[in-house]
Amino acid sequence: MLPVLFGISVAVFLIVHSIPGDPADVLLGQNATPEKIKIINRQLGIDRPLIVQYLNFVWDIFRGSLGTSFYNKESVTSLILGRLPETGMLLTGGVILSILIALPLSIIAASKRGALRDQLVRAIPIIGLGMPQVWVGVMLILLLGLKYPLFPVGGFGNTFPERLRSIFLPALTIAILLAPILIRSLRASMLEILDSDYVLTARAKGISTARITRVHVLRNAMIASVTVLGINIAYLVGSMVVVERVFAIPGTGSLMIDAISRRDYPIVQGVTLYFAVVVVIVNLITDLILAALDPRVVLK
Amino acid sequence: MKSSKTLYVGMGLLGALVLAAVFAPLITSYDPNEQDLVNTLLGPNSRHWLGTDPLGRDVFTRLIYGARVDLAIGLLAVILPYIIGVSLGLLTGWLGGRTDSVVMRIVDTVIAFPFYVLAIALVFIFGPGIKSIIVAITLVGWVAYCRIVRANVLVAKEQDYVHAARLTGLPASRILRRHLLPNVISQSIVFAMSDIVLSILAIVSLGYLGLGVPVPTAEWGSMIQEGQSYIMDQWWLATIPGLMVVYVGFSLSLIGDGLVARLER
Repeated sequence: MLPVLFGISVAVFLIVHSIPGDPADVLLGQNATPEKIKIINRQLGIDRPLIVQYLNFVWDIFRGSLGTSFYNKESVTSLILGRLPETGMLLTGGVILSILIALPLSIIAASKRGALRDQLVRAIPIIGLGMPQVWVGVMLILLLGLKYPLFPVGGFGNTFPERLRSIFLPALTIAILLAPILIRSLRASMLEILDSDYVLTARAKGISTARITRVHVLRNAMIASVTVLGINIAYLVGSMVVVERVFAIPGTGSLMIDAISRRDYPIVQGVTLYFAVVVVIVNLITDLILAALDPRVVLK
Repeated sequence: MKSSKTLYVGMGLLGALVLAAVFAPLITSYDPNEQDLVNTLLGPNSRHWLGTDPLGRDVFTRLIYGARVDLAIGLLAVILPYIIGVSLGLLTGWLGGRTDSVVMRIVDTVIAFPFYVLAIALVFIFGPGIKSIIVAITLVGWVAYCRIVRANVLVAKEQDYVHAARLTGLPASRILRRHLLPNVISQSIVFAMSDIVLSILAIVSLGYLGLGVPVPTAEWGSMIQEGQSYIMDQWWLATIPGLMVVYVGFSLSLIGDGLVARLER
């Protein structure tokens, strides 16, 4: 994990430093004169050697500071933390809904290999994987927001129940993107489990199908889903940025896109770093959940 | 028999769209960017098969011309990562040791970056446009090929035919090119099919966010975005460009499935 965090910090630093043009130009706008640019560059520490700048950047991160926004001088850390509820609810909601969609469908499909229901479920990934996130979002707005106005089409309410309602469609969008990936591997792993010796033994002992499904199949299937979720976590987090935009949710992704249009470097840098660290942390959580679910997994 | 059927159906579906995109001027007489401010937001009719958009442009025409942009960039954006990823995977798998662990740490770092976040950051650096999209997809995309090929090389290099080639004193470059590459490449080709879909999805999403191909070029993502405001009355404006992407994804996934079955034989 440490080499990855190191790599991430270098990458983010390099990305921000390859942005053409002087940050001073952006800060000063039309008032830029060579003298003023020099002063600003000194203030920002941009005139120092690259390695010194990098070390400063890392030192600041350790102090919990990601700099301040060029635009309104707010601290980037508090801007990101302020948007944590939106991003957190969207991520959790999306993951839970996707499991709720994928798990039953995979069980139904795997219960009879090759049957019509299996064929139908197998078609889901083929079609689902080609659906653009933004389009799924717009279609859900059309169907469940406007045609049958069950859910709000955008924004992020103030109370918790309001928020749950407004997060539903965006979370469903993420779930619809994630479910096909889950179904593909879940169905395969369930077929494998149903063919395994321990299920055969359980059947021989006369244990009912319902109990076998609950005790043997579901637990193993959960292990498989968590693994698949772990692999796709970066894609999932990235999709959130796009989905937030479709539903006008003022989350971290929107923060980043707004910052781009204002050329607000510290925010872009901070959010990029933040998202990469989120992926690393979620990966760690996946490993912990796996260890809890699967006694064969030993954490080193 | 059944696998080749899947392959041919997929190729047929995709081929039809490619043909339509290439011969777009023969299929439609409209210009994709020609505005007709008197006839805006028309429903489907005999002159405009899919109606017109808010600027009076023919939607059907923009859809076909959009296929040119999305398909071409989608394909183009996969070629570089493919070459880089396959070569690096081949090399690190073969060399092992320190090279391997350095490259794998880089791979881990790239994987930690959510693609859209990195893509948006890169668009920030290079400005919106085709170049940024291709750079972003290349920077992230090579990783998957590298891992796939490396994993296959690790298995293949311990096999007898490789040991035999080494014993006869063949230079490493020749073993890699003539013996290993043909044996480890099939999985990466199959993955490339779904990767093209992923890169088209990226182009569409960036286009929607206004960070992709600059307007007024017809592109499916920006068409979805433009259509969203009229979703209540002209629902097809945003719906049909998305269906086009699903169509492309569907045909490429048939091609991929067909290839898997064929290569595994």
